[in-house]
Amino acid sequence: MTVLQKKSDNPIEHLTPEDIELIGKELDDIRQSVIDSRGESDARYIRKVIDVHRKIELGSRAVLLASGFPPAWVLGTVGLSIAKILENMEIGHNILHGQWDWMRDPKIHSTTWEWDMASPAEQWKHSHNELHHTYTNVIGKDNDLGYGIMRVDEDQPWTPMYLGQPLWSFINACFFEYGIAAYDLELGAVIARKQTGDPEFRARAKQVLVKIGRQVRKDYLIHPLLSGPNFLATLAANFTANTVRNLWTNSVILCGHFPEGVETFEKKSIEGETRGEWYLRQMLGSANISGSQAMHVMTGNLSHQIEHHLFPDLPSNRYAEIAPKIRDLFDRYGLNYHTAPLPKQVGSAWHKIIRLSLPNGWLQNTTARNLPSQLGKLWKMTTGSRKERRLLMREQAMMAAA
Amino acid sequence: MTATVPRPTAAKPALRALRDRVLRVAELVTTPLLPADYLDLVDPLRSGAALRGRIEAVLPETRDAATVLIRPGSDWQTHRPGQYVRIGIDVDGVRMWRAYSITSDLGRTDGCFTVTVKAIPGGKVSNHLVRSVRPGTLVHLDQATGEFCLPEQRPAKALFVTAGSGITPVMGMLRNHPELTDVVLVHSAPTADDVVFGAELRQLAAEGRIRLVEQHTDTAGMLDAGAIAELVPDLAERATWACGPVGMLEMLEQHWAAAGIADRLYTERFRPKVLVTGEGGTVTFTKNGTSLEAGGATPILDAAEEAGVLMPSGCRMGICYGCVLPLREGAVRDLRTGEVTTAAPGDGVLVQTCVSAAAGACDIDH
Ligand SMILES: Cc1cc2nc3c(=O)[nH]c(=O)nc-3n(C[C@H](O)[C@H](O)[C@H](O)COP(=O)(O)OP(=O)(O)OC[C@H]3O[C@@H](n4cnc5c(N)ncnc54)[C@H](O)[C@@H]3O)c2cc1C
Ligand code: FES
Repeated sequence: MTVLQKKSDNPIEHLTPEDIELIGKELDDIRQSVIDSRGESDARYIRKVIDVHRKIELGSRAVLLASGFPPAWVLGTVGLSIAKILENMEIGHNILHGQWDWMRDPKIHSTTWEWDMASPAEQWKHSHNELHHTYTNVIGKDNDLGYGIMRVDEDQPWTPMYLGQPLWSFINACFFEYGIAAYDLELGAVIARKQTGDPEFRARAKQVLVKIGRQVRKDYLIHPLLSGPNFLATLAANFTANTVRNLWTNSVILCGHFPEGVETFEKKSIEGETRGEWYLRQMLGSANISGSQAMHVMTGNLSHQIEHHLFPDLPSNRYAEIAPKIRDLFDRYGLNYHTAPLPKQVGSAWHKIIRLSLPNGWLQNTTARNLPSQLGKLWKMTTGSRKERRLLMREQAMMAAA
Repeated sequence: MTATVPRPTAAKPALRALRDRVLRVAELVTTPLLPADYLDLVDPLRSGAALRGRIEAVLPETRDAATVLIRPGSDWQTHRPGQYVRIGIDVDGVRMWRAYSITSDLGRTDGCFTVTVKAIPGGKVSNHLVRSVRPGTLVHLDQATGEFCLPEQRPAKALFVTAGSGITPVMGMLRNHPELTDVVLVHSAPTADDVVFGAELRQLAAEGRIRLVEQHTDTAGMLDAGAIAELVPDLAERATWACGPVGMLEMLEQHWAAAGIADRLYTERFRPKVLVTGEGGTVTFTKNGTSLEAGGATPILDAAEEAGVLMPSGCRMGICYGCVLPLREGAVRDLRTGEVTTAAPGDGVLVQTCVSAAAGACDIDH
């Protein structure tokens, strides 16, 4: 993938500024129609989800008191995984977006909500709502693209270090909540700039540690202790549920912006961006997951990532309703509404992670027949001198272009 | 939070301390949620919970008024007759808080209290309570509050002047103070059928407990202060409680002041009188980060709630100070007096958001 502006077949070349303006207007109207009809049934929906989550969580934790009994372990772990996913996705993520602030319920409000996540709500809201949602898919601005540790674009120079990218990505997925916390703290950048002594950073880091401390104490000490002789089994169950939740949320989030074909943007392309252009960037920079209603709920309706990115603060239960209208808009303006089932989107995202971990063109040029020679070249690119690497990389790029 | 009154719990101090300690330990188990979040699933009216109530029944009074019977949570403390309670109820999914005078008899044995609501054309909460709410609905409550009550030393002679729904706090007093022997009630309503508690008031009059003067304004027009003085010749000897529309209260206040007996008149307002409006401005909530355009006639409280900001509030009409927030910079206008309050950067002038509108750009610390 290359930033949209450098593409030879620019997917928005056919749009005039007036078209973009009109797209913006249509989207504003769709947004208003949802706002005008928000009401009691929406409120009932989110309360129901919260109620269901609490009951599943309570039930699962109760079952896990007997986690030494294998069927109880399985049942409790499945239940707890589901509860944790609901809590993070359909409930936490969306409440923290302010999707339910209009209800004026102090218990269900973006300014008072705290979630079962390593990252404190306050810090996550800043990095997610303010940075990611504003700078969606802008290389160098949107840290959600690769969380600052990954190569997410062909134009980012390849170095041998990136060969490890698939492995880190998998480790990051397993411990996703901690990855998010580190990323909300901008830990990488702070360490690189040697600013770990900065009092403001320290204060935030402390908040994170306190939060992590509480979460860890609950899942890995208190609940195991409560189950007495089943201490280890409950601990393992809780660890499993957290890992399942982490892998799931990571997959859903990868699907949102990372599948092949989702566009990225140059930093300078967003200077002086109009509302219409902002909408257009969200339309091209997001991908949906198609599937059942249960799947939509379990992804926190981030399966409607396109709709979510256009209207991050509309109640999530309404995305499904506006999706056909949005899709129609894409069709009318000749834009690609990027949607596919979960396995396909996850596969596509991982394909891209692997492709970009290798020098540009390498994966494309490699066939079963030339595999040995390609591997040989990769070895030289990895271990050889800088000059040798440059030459070989150029060769790969030329082969791919041919 | 929208609480304005500290909510002392009814439990004994030692027991309460123990309960608080247990809950703190339980927090280790429930974090990031609170134990209360789970307990609320089971018993939202328990002692120690945020104060709530359950609507048990809605009993029609007139064509546009109804009495709402509410079973309050365990921590409810009894009220003094004449006081009001703030009720928070979800109307079309949106939490709204309004004040209603308590009308019930303290002697009720079922633990419930009542408020009586008159539906105002276009009014969101009043119409919901009178016409749509279903028994079983949970509402949020604050403890009863208000100073519109009889003094310990009961007046020998009392006069009540009320109009429309203004009868409610007075009904609360009449029901609970049979010891008042010399009472005159002058009540105005459009027609005889519109008199809320009409049958009960006429019964009290028939029994000789009160002297009732009903003014049916559709046919007989409104009473002015002079007419009231004529109807109640010994007015100056009476302690007077008045509740009704802003215009009526102002007229009475002027008359009582002119007669030199202003200190014998107690009034209760259901809404503030708006005197002056001006240009609005951009209101920024510095902690919350929200910025909004507020009109010069809209209380900052309303504008902020409309924008989804959680605001502290109370009576919503300038008497309880439950809505006060520091103005860090800019200017606001008190809608009741037109007085403009300004703050220079760094100041923290406390302003009542329920009766203050933006008078230019302003930064509010919230
Ligand atoms: C201390 C106190 C005690 C109260 N006790 C009672 C009571 O016992 N019974 C009762 O019915 N009400 C009582 N009220 C009034 C009540 O709190 C609400 O203001 C009223 O029910 C209207 O709310 P709403 O949501 O229906 O109207 P809103 O939707 O808030 O307002 C709709 C329109 O009606 C206007 N409006 C608001 N309030 C009034 C009013 N009182 N009279 C005329 N127009 C109005 C508004 O300016 C607006 O234009 C009391 C108010 C206070 C401050
Ligand atoms: S809410 Fe009571 S003074 Fe403003």
